[in-house]
Amino acid sequence: MTAVVQPVTKTPGTAAPDAAKHRNPVRWLVLAALLVLLLLLVGPLLVIAVNAVKSPADYAANGPLSFPGSLYWDGIVDFWNRVNFGRKLWNSFIISLVVAVLGVVLSILNAYALGIGRVKGRVWFLVFFLVANLLPQEVLVYPLYYISKEAGLYDSLFAIIIIFTVIQSAFGTYLLTSVYTEFPRELLDAASVDGAGKWRTLWRVVVPVSGPTLAVLFTFFFIWTWNEFFLPLVFLISNDNQTVPVALGVLQGDRMMDATTTSASALIGILPAILFFLIFQRTLTRGIAAGAIK
Amino acid sequence: MAGRSSRERGYALYLIPGVLASLAVIVVPLVMTVYVSFTKWTGVGDPRWVGFDNYTRLFGDTLFWQSFGNIGLLVFAMAVIPTLLGLVLAAVLFDYVGKRFGDRWAGLFRSGYYLPQVIPVAVTGIIWSWILHPGYGALNRILEAVGLGGLARNWLGDPDYALYSVMLVMIWFQIGYPVVMFMSGLSRIDPSLYEAADLDGATWWQRFRKITVYMIRPEFYVVLITTTIAALKIFGQVFVLTKGGPSNATLVPSYFAYKNFFEKAQVGYGSAISTVLTVLIVVLAFLFLRLQHRSEELR
Repeated sequence: MTAVVQPVTKTPGTAAPDAAKHRNPVRWLVLAALLVLLLLLVGPLLVIAVNAVKSPADYAANGPLSFPGSLYWDGIVDFWNRVNFGRKLWNSFIISLVVAVLGVVLSILNAYALGIGRVKGRVWFLVFFLVANLLPQEVLVYPLYYISKEAGLYDSLFAIIIIFTVIQSAFGTYLLTSVYTEFPRELLDAASVDGAGKWRTLWRVVVPVSGPTLAVLFTFFFIWTWNEFFLPLVFLISNDNQTVPVALGVLQGDRMMDATTTSASALIGILPAILFFLIFQRTLTRGIAAGAIK
Repeated sequence: MAGRSSRERGYALYLIPGVLASLAVIVVPLVMTVYVSFTKWTGVGDPRWVGFDNYTRLFGDTLFWQSFGNIGLLVFAMAVIPTLLGLVLAAVLFDYVGKRFGDRWAGLFRSGYYLPQVIPVAVTGIIWSWILHPGYGALNRILEAVGLGGLARNWLGDPDYALYSVMLVMIWFQIGYPVVMFMSGLSRIDPSLYEAADLDGATWWQRFRKITVYMIRPEFYVVLITTTIAALKIFGQVFVLTKGGPSNATLVPSYFAYKNFFEKAQVGYGSAISTVLTVLIVVLAFLFLRLQHRSEELR
């Protein structure tokens, strides 16, 4: 990267033609370095994709780096059927969707009271949500495991949905409160002049106006919950309840996982993530920026 | 005044669901874990109070120190390296590629670098344990293909290399996050600042240090805090890649606690480990926040 340290003196007239001559090789050197890095970062995913559609015989003969002689889908289909992957996708989808919706609603309610209502002790509530955000899940896991067993909720989607709703809303409350603290007072006053109560003002004024931020929160919650591993690993132990990351994670090192099956399993774990990335790309880049401002 | 306070009371109602849910899912479990850390408990029957026994045992346990030493190296791989590398990459993409090749190129690189971040942690573990596999892994095959077969290793199975392999995987995983953050910070900077610097004859490096780095300090702190905390909490990749092995070479506190909870049924000891980890994270986070505050006041 040090190749970039190149005088970019722009004294008009004198330096310009000279710089143009010098600039070209540097220009391509920088581009080449960035491309090599891109290849290093994306390459592993490409290797996985190539081997996921390779027959075991082709793999045995030509190794992991050759292109498949012909597209071979049986590895993926067999793996899909053997672990009942459709079911895992559905579990992950339902959990992530419900958590994202409930998490946003809970964040809205908390932030309405703290950011707009400025209830007493709001600083302490905010400190609490900040700390809750920091807690490692290990410090909550055993009591949650014990309580949910006592309550008969162990190994159910319901328990994991409640837990993640609360965990995600801790972040949501923190972020949304800082947004609502700056909420235009004129809009609130106008609503109260029109005779709208707090409940109506919340859903008719506050929520629509903060729509873009809520979309960002929804996207974050959905993707974060989809990618979660630790708590689902502990809580969802039966085959019918597992999520995608848990199902794939616990199969690592299993005897049925030969080279091509493993890459097939990794590929079908990657694909939904890339799909979400493409769908949510714009919200995500905007959201990461919003997270920095808080 | 009376009107205002009744208005406040009205708002407090909206906190009830959040407070009840947080009590059940966060406060009660947190208090229970701290309590259990002072007891001996297998998870069945009643916990037996043992005072500070778990903690004295912890501080004399070489595994505990090893797991915290490992996490130190992982902070380096997940926070320090990606932040520094991301800073340079973001500046080059924004200031050089964006201006000379167009924003489309800069955006393309940014998305490509960010891609590993969107893949579930457990799946990144699967990808890399496949690539680093001593028998059929792609890395050893590549080394053999280019005549460097002598460098082939059992990357995750050899205690001398396992932690470094995990560190490399984590750099691969993290690098995109600071790039995206810093680029969004850079887009706030007034272009006239750069023009003024150009007129003064500043070199690229001077502009990088004096303008770029200075202006995106808020993002810099956020990235450093969030990546450091993520490193302290790491579990998924270690679980899938190495299960803390070989011979505890990649043991981390979260996995150490998990093993005590669910494999050894030493719930009291596991609780002590997670309590120490929690205190460490909270203290570090508040130190960071104070540092950030102070640097903003200096401005």
